[in-house]
This record gives sequence, C-alpha cells and structure tokens, in this order.
Amino acid sequence: MDILIRPTTQWWKFDWKEFWQFRDLFYFFAWRDIKVRYKQTAIGALWAVFQPFVTMVVFTIFFGNLAKISSDGIPYPIFVYVGLLFWTLFSAGLSDVSNTFIGNQNIITKVYFPRIILTFTSLTTSIIDFFVACIVLIGMMIWYHFIPSTIALIFIPFLFVITFLTTVGIGLFFSSFNVKYRDVRFILPFFIQLLLFLTPVIYPVSLVSPEWRWVLGFNPMSGVIDTARVVLLGVGHVDWLLLSISMFVSVVYCLIGYGYFKGTERYFADVI
Amino acid sequence: MSAIIEVNNLGKKYLIGEKERYLALRDKLAHPIKALKNTRSSEVFWALSDISFSVEKGEVLGIIGKNGSGKSTLLKILSKITPPTTGEVCLRGRVGSLLEVGTGFHPELTGRENIYLSGSILGMRKKEIDKKFEEIVNFSGVEAFLDTPIKRYSSGMSVRLGFAVAAHLEPEILLVDEVLAVGDAEFQKKCLGKMGEITKQGARTIIFISHNMAAINQLCDRVLLLENGHIKKNDTPESVVSEYLRDLTHQGGIWERTSSKTVAEDHFVKSVILQNSKKINTRVFFANESIRIQCCIVSKKQENIFLAVGIRDVLSNQIIHLNSKNQKEKLQTKAGKNMFQVEFENILSAGEYYVTVWIGDASFVTQDYVRDCISFSVDLSNLDTSYHFGSVIVPATWSMVHLD
Repeated sequence: MDILIRPTTQWWKFDWKEFWQFRDLFYFFAWRDIKVRYKQTAIGALWAVFQPFVTMVVFTIFFGNLAKISSDGIPYPIFVYVGLLFWTLFSAGLSDVSNTFIGNQNIITKVYFPRIILTFTSLTTSIIDFFVACIVLIGMMIWYHFIPSTIALIFIPFLFVITFLTTVGIGLFFSSFNVKYRDVRFILPFFIQLLLFLTPVIYPVSLVSPEWRWVLGFNPMSGVIDTARVVLLGVGHVDWLLLSISMFVSVVYCLIGYGYFKGTERYFADVI
Repeated sequence: MSAIIEVNNLGKKYLIGEKERYLALRDKLAHPIKALKNTRSSEVFWALSDISFSVEKGEVLGIIGKNGSGKSTLLKILSKITPPTTGEVCLRGRVGSLLEVGTGFHPELTGRENIYLSGSILGMRKKEIDKKFEEIVNFSGVEAFLDTPIKRYSSGMSVRLGFAVAAHLEPEILLVDEVLAVGDAEFQKKCLGKMGEITKQGARTIIFISHNMAAINQLCDRVLLLENGHIKKNDTPESVVSEYLRDLTHQGGIWERTSSKTVAEDHFVKSVILQNSKKINTRVFFANESIRIQCCIVSKKQENIFLAVGIRDVLSNQIIHLNSKNQKEKLQTKAGKNMFQVEFENILSAGEYYVTVWIGDASFVTQDYVRDCISFSVDLSNLDTSYHFGSVIVPATWSMVHLD
C-alpha cells in the first residue's frame, strides 16, 4: 500500500478505498456528536420531540388561527407539521454541516483523515431528530384519522434522499467556505430564516400560480414538502414537474458543493 | 531493502502576511483580473525547500533544528495534513502521526469514551482498541477516573491518557512531534522508555522531532538537521547533534533589543548576554560549568533597583528564579548604561531553556520585562553518569548505616 503525496491531486476522484478504511472513525464521530449533544441536559433526548412540537403549536396559533393561511383543507397543525418535519431536517442539518470543519479545527490541523467524514457525521443528530419527530407525526396522524397511502412508504425514503443531497451539497459549500471566510457565521442563520418563508412550510404550494410553480424547484425543499403532504395526507396530486426539478437541482447542488470542497480541502489545515 | 519513505525535492511555500491562499472557486473565476492586480502584493516565504531524503524500514530518524526551521511543516506534509508546493513523497506503509498528545479529546466525554474517540482519530480500528484497552488504561494510570468526563481531569492526567492511547498505535510508519516534552518528569521517563521499547523492536519506522538531544542520541539511528527550511546535515546522531550544538555556540549568547523602546519607564533592558565559566559568550552549557547572565540596563537616573532572572523550560515551567530582593546587597543604577551580572552553578538537566529578565524600581514596581528573550541548551554529554531525571541535578551525598 503506497501513499503518494503530491502538490496536486485529481480532485474529482473520490477515494472509496480510503473512505472504507476509515469506517470506524465514521462511527465514532457520529457517536461523539450524539453523546455530547445531550450531556448535562435535564430532559435529554426529549428535546428532539419538544422542539418541532412547540414550533408546530406556535405556527398553528399565529399562521393557522390568526393569519388564517390556507392549508388545502387539511387541519393546520398536521399540515404545518409535515412541512416542519423536513424543513427542520434540512435547516438543522445545514447549520451543523456548515460549522463542522470549524468546530473540529483542532483535529483537522493535527491529524489526517478524509475530511468529508465530518460532513456526514455532523448530520447524524438531525437525522435522529427527524426519526423521533416522525414518531410524533404518526401519533398526530392517528389523532386526525389520516391513513397514508401505500405509496407514501416508497416516497418518504426518496424525499429523505433529496433532502439529504440538498443539505450535503449546500452544507459542503458553506462549510468549506467557512474555513477561510467566517462570514458564513453571519450569513447562514439569516439565509435559513429567509429560506423558511421561500419554502412552502407554513403555506401550501397551491398559493403559487400553476405556471410559476416550477420555479419553486430551485429550492428542492419545496418539491419535498409538497410531495410529502400529498402522499402522507392524501390531498391533491403529486406535482411531477416540481418534484423532478427539485430532484435534479438537489443533485446539481451536491456536485457544486462537492467540487468546491474538493478544490479547497487540502488547504484546510493551512487556512483554518 | 527498499526505502519505506522517500522524499524528493519537497518544498512548501507560504505567503507572508496572510496564510496560504488556497485555490478557491472565486479565485479561479477572478484569475485574469487577479493576475494583473495581485502579483506583487504578498511576499513569498519558503518554509521548506529542496528537501530530499529517504528512510529505510525499521530506521529511526530524528529531526532537529531551531524553532521555525521547518521541522513541523515537514511532519505535517508527511502526515498529509497539508500539501507540499513542490516535490513528492512516497510512503510505503500505514502511517500514524502524533503531532499532539490527546488529539481529538472531547472534554465532555469520559476517559473511557475518549480512549475510543482519540484512538480512532489516530487511525486505530475499534477491534484494535478493544484489544489494547486494558493495556492503555494501565499505562495511563487513570483507572480510577475512567468514567469521569475529562474536563474534570488535571492537565497531567489528560496528557497521560493521551500519550497512553498514542503509544499503542501500531502503524508501520510513526511520525512523532515533540510529544515527549509533556507531562511530569516521571511520565516523560516512562514515555522515553516506551519509545525505546518500540524502536528496539525494529518493526516500525519512526520519524521523531525533538529538542531533547539526549533522547535524540539515545533513540535515533540517523538525524536530519534543518536550517531555514533546508537540510543542513543528514548523518549519525553524534555528528549532527554536535554540529547543532556548535552552531548554537557560534551564534553567541547575545540578545539585543532591536525595536527602539520609547520608554516612559526609567530603566529598560538593552541586551542580555550568556557566558560560561571561561567568560565566552555561548548558548550551550555543559555539566559542572557555571552560567553567567549579564544584563545591560539603560537608566535615566540613579536608583536602587531590583532585578529578577527566570529560567523556563520548553513547557514554560519556571525552573529557576533569581531575585535580587532576596539578597542584602543593593543594585544601584547610574544614568546611562549599567551592566549587571548574575552567576550560578549549572544544575539544569539536559534540554532547552529560556531566559526572562525583569526590572523593578526602588518600590518594586515593574520597569521592564522581557520574556523568553534568549534560549540556551544544556548538554550533559560530558558527564559519565547518565541517570539524570527531573529538571535539576542537585549535588547530594549518600550514606548508609547498617541497623541490627
């Protein structure tokens, strides 16, 4: 096994062999993030339930009851909760990924490992939170007597993948950018907040006139949330155009993010 | 046997003023404009240039040189943390690098959890850690605190735990940076012992950076001396170490204040000179010599002042503190330059030390303070005894009576 170190590498190549060698590290980073997260908290993992639930209640009061935003005839609480479920996976994941290289700078400057591992492991906690939040959703669906169609079981993992690709793509870009320009710290919370209102979380896609709906696809979360509502709550039809644009765009984001990461990765230790 | 490590023409460039500019997408896009605009703005600094050497399997290579000579940069390139600007390296085996003790420790996690975390960051597989867990715990001596978060550990304890994990790494190539310079003396001895054990097995190839000449002499088969990013010498430990010490001696033991201090204070330190018993300026002291520290002090007026001289080791531990307040005699300045001198027996053990000088006025208020202004080495190779541990060597008499 020869290791060759040269000034330049072929950045488009992904070293699967090396990635596989470090699989245990993958596990330990994820394990560390989970352990550390709920150390010294009084209610521990209950936070994962508490956050989306309270957000749902607050949104229902203000946007549902007071502002009377349309929800396509579905009870507003469950309507907004489905949106929040995927939105939180995306937004929490994105902010964790964006800070992952900065947060681990003491390791990055002292030891080599494939840096991309940190990108994936920093998503662990938001993914776990997503599954916990799914349990709450099941409870709500029983409460409101919603029976999901069987295709939901096929669609949900697929929507999860689109969310994952979008988060990793945008996250890789921001986290690599963050290594040199700490501006990300200021941009990101602002960006996420704005994006919440540009994503059909608190309002339905039907609010946008049909001929312009495809534009929403540049934010892949639109297609994800719209489709999730259709398959879980059984109203309306899957907007295939919006969904395919969302899917395509998420792959494009992923490639851009990865390209930028690969071009800068080797210099992290010098710049961070 | 073919070389396990081959380094050809290695160079590493940094831009002074800012850290290395990396290849950003934006830079690539902006390149045509940048090329016009940005050619002369930053100064180029080669941290390493023209480095070529090879290491055979099972060999222990030491790297020495002054601070800033490029030792750590070289190790960082070999361990893939930072890329070289020119040249290439070929490593034929699994590499483990130890640039810091306790890499990846998380303060919130317990000792047990951190052993697994740090071990895996350093490149161990979970199975390996499971197998060596007992051994690591025994070596570290923190059994009782395994389930305590390490934020509650003393710094010594976490260093011990960190080294214990690292010492059980088993790569074919091990890169070590000055980690032996940590921990208390007893633990250092244990670490040196462990290093010696590893090197004697001969299965592992080691590259080892240190300021501890005794350890270099003892452990290495060959030594590289780096100076300003170049290899100055690549030879046996004896010849390289003696050349390094000779260089230090030739540099003379003089520190001078370069920045013109516009002082509000009445007294300031102009220069510090180190001399040995023969009144020769030097930066190397041997056993049974005395160390003489002279300070040139510029004063504005006549005053009884206080002077303190501190000697710190590489870890900034205060080893010796000499304070004129502890003495009866008064040190009196006159307007202009004054030369003060303090002399003491060299009781330091081998290593690198830093001199700090402090001046206080008649009411013991700080006038000037120059921290770590000049460094010197202590070399005990002229002693025929070798059991010297701890920071100082104290003359002692032994006796024994038979009871019964």
